Amino acid sequence: MTALARLMGKPWIWSFAATLLVWLATVVVTAGASSGGLSEAAMTFAAFYVLVGIGQMFVITLGPGNIDLSVPATMTLAGTVALKFMDTQDGLILPGILIAIAIGLVVGVANYALIKALRIPPIIATLSTSFIVQSAAIWTNRGLRIKPPPVLADFSTSSTLGLPNVAIVALLITALAWVLLHRTVYGRWISAIGQSLPAARMAGIPVDGTRFVTYILCAVLAAVNGFLLSCFSGGAALNMGTEYLLMSIAVVVIGGSAVAGGNSNVPGIWGAGLFMFLIVSMLNTYRFEAGYRLILTGLVIIAVILVASGRQGKGR
Amino acid sequence: MKFSSDTLRLLVPVLSLAALLAGVYYLQPRAMSYTGLNLLFNLAVPIALATIAQMLIMAVNDLDLSMGTFVSFVACVAATYLNDAPLIGGLILLAAIGVYALLGVVIHLRNLPAIVVTLGMSFVWSGLAVLLLPTPGGAAPAWVRTLMTVKPPFAPMAILASILIAVVAHVIVMRSSFGVLIRAVGGNARTVERAGASVLWVRAGAYGLAAVFAVLAGVALVGLTTSADANIALRYTLLSIAGVILGGGEFIGGRVSPIGAVIGALTLALAGAFLSFLRISPDWQIGAQGAILIVVLAMRLALNRLDRRGGLQ
Repeated sequence: MTALARLMGKPWIWSFAATLLVWLATVVVTAGASSGGLSEAAMTFAAFYVLVGIGQMFVITLGPGNIDLSVPATMTLAGTVALKFMDTQDGLILPGILIAIAIGLVVGVANYALIKALRIPPIIATLSTSFIVQSAAIWTNRGLRIKPPPVLADFSTSSTLGLPNVAIVALLITALAWVLLHRTVYGRWISAIGQSLPAARMAGIPVDGTRFVTYILCAVLAAVNGFLLSCFSGGAALNMGTEYLLMSIAVVVIGGSAVAGGNSNVPGIWGAGLFMFLIVSMLNTYRFEAGYRLILTGLVIIAVILVASGRQGKGR
Repeated sequence: MKFSSDTLRLLVPVLSLAALLAGVYYLQPRAMSYTGLNLLFNLAVPIALATIAQMLIMAVNDLDLSMGTFVSFVACVAATYLNDAPLIGGLILLAAIGVYALLGVVIHLRNLPAIVVTLGMSFVWSGLAVLLLPTPGGAAPAWVRTLMTVKPPFAPMAILASILIAVVAHVIVMRSSFGVLIRAVGGNARTVERAGASVLWVRAGAYGLAAVFAVLAGVALVGLTTSADANIALRYTLLSIAGVILGGGEFIGGRVSPIGAVIGALTLALAGAFLSFLRISPDWQIGAQGAILIVVLAMRLALNRLDRRGGLQ
């Protein structure tokens, strides 16, 4: 097998190929004038998609029916409460981050407690918690826009060595996630559970503990993402999480992870995150109306799924 | 007397709706009048229709994440074309139903995850809705308006409509042979295939039928609100899923209950009113719906446990 053939066999290569195509299509139209700015914006926004995508990917890996719908609500609540607590004071940044993480922990524990105690499907459990978390966010936020501390606002909007800082954070977390998924017992366990829960149980894998940790991981990543996003966009807003529910699922699937679970890959999430941002900015560059932009985005998602399913079908 | 498992499945939603109604009556006795009930349950009619639509998709083990955007799209069509040019409007809605059936075919043939396909479609529907009505507006067709504000004798329109929806859905899903096939595909698709039925057509039919109910939901919604906008029904996606589950449906195995689903939708619609009677801040309205979901599911678990121990004899 040549190196190229091996590369083509990777499930994540397609999302990067599509990303490159869309990037070229955009840059050609603007005659290269925007390539630098476009790439930087793409890295920034992809970073936010990637952070929630990684958490969602771990949950989806657990197998059919596993999904976390509380991502947007967790993001909003974490961003709101942390920013409100920090009250634009640089000295309170560390406790602010800890508060965001703590909110993620609580939501994750609540999610899994419901799944386990009430034996309900994760969709419903996370849906119920997300309703409650959303209400809590509305209650604390009250429509105000609280500014982030200046140091954090600077950090999240500037770049180091040409890479946006948020993208660096996301890359570090991506690397950790890759190690976690492929090089640790925990990663092997979640893949095993996703492939066959009864088999995993019989093999002596601590199924409940593994799922518990995974739901917490997803909620904490969502909380951290909400924290970063509200610093980046100059304040927490109530609707800031809305698009992230669809995005977190879309980047996982477009990135080449199996929707049925048991087989996930980390790099594809970056490809998919970049792709999702670039497709929208390409349609913007071509000056499509908002309506057509939405329609094309939807059709592209479906087309990618169709192509991806054909590929997997041949492999079987 | 021993309850059948279907009766038991229906018991929890009925009890929770009764408890909520009792609570509302206790807090505000005047709500139990003809007008009061109509006001309480008015907006439940489109939610109930959307819930039945979601239930049909869930009966074949799929999930529709585009329900809210689709109902919004239908509402926009109803407030524009269906009002100005009924023929074209009708054709658009028929085409939309066709698209849904086609989605069922594609999802089945390519073995695609319904969650992702409907996720993609949700962008398409909301794009179309934005094109139709970039700003809130339009007008409900007069006949829809008349139909939704009619004041029949004995019981308010909202109650009669809910009963009608429940009965029609019950006959289709629980009593017709097509309904049996739909639920059988959810239970065990391979068995249906071996028995000689085409799973492809059943799935396409289920999606098409779901679209019919969703179209009715959109039209009914416009009849109540008199105008539409592109985001009018976005929360229906989650509400419809919650309604099905509240009503005793399950995600897998084709176990659904149409009557339960309608009751579930009514319960969710009533939850908001109950809270405002309790003078709880509207901030917590969504949260209360979540809490009600949790309480009802806990009740069902307790009942099932009792049943297994033979306690309910």
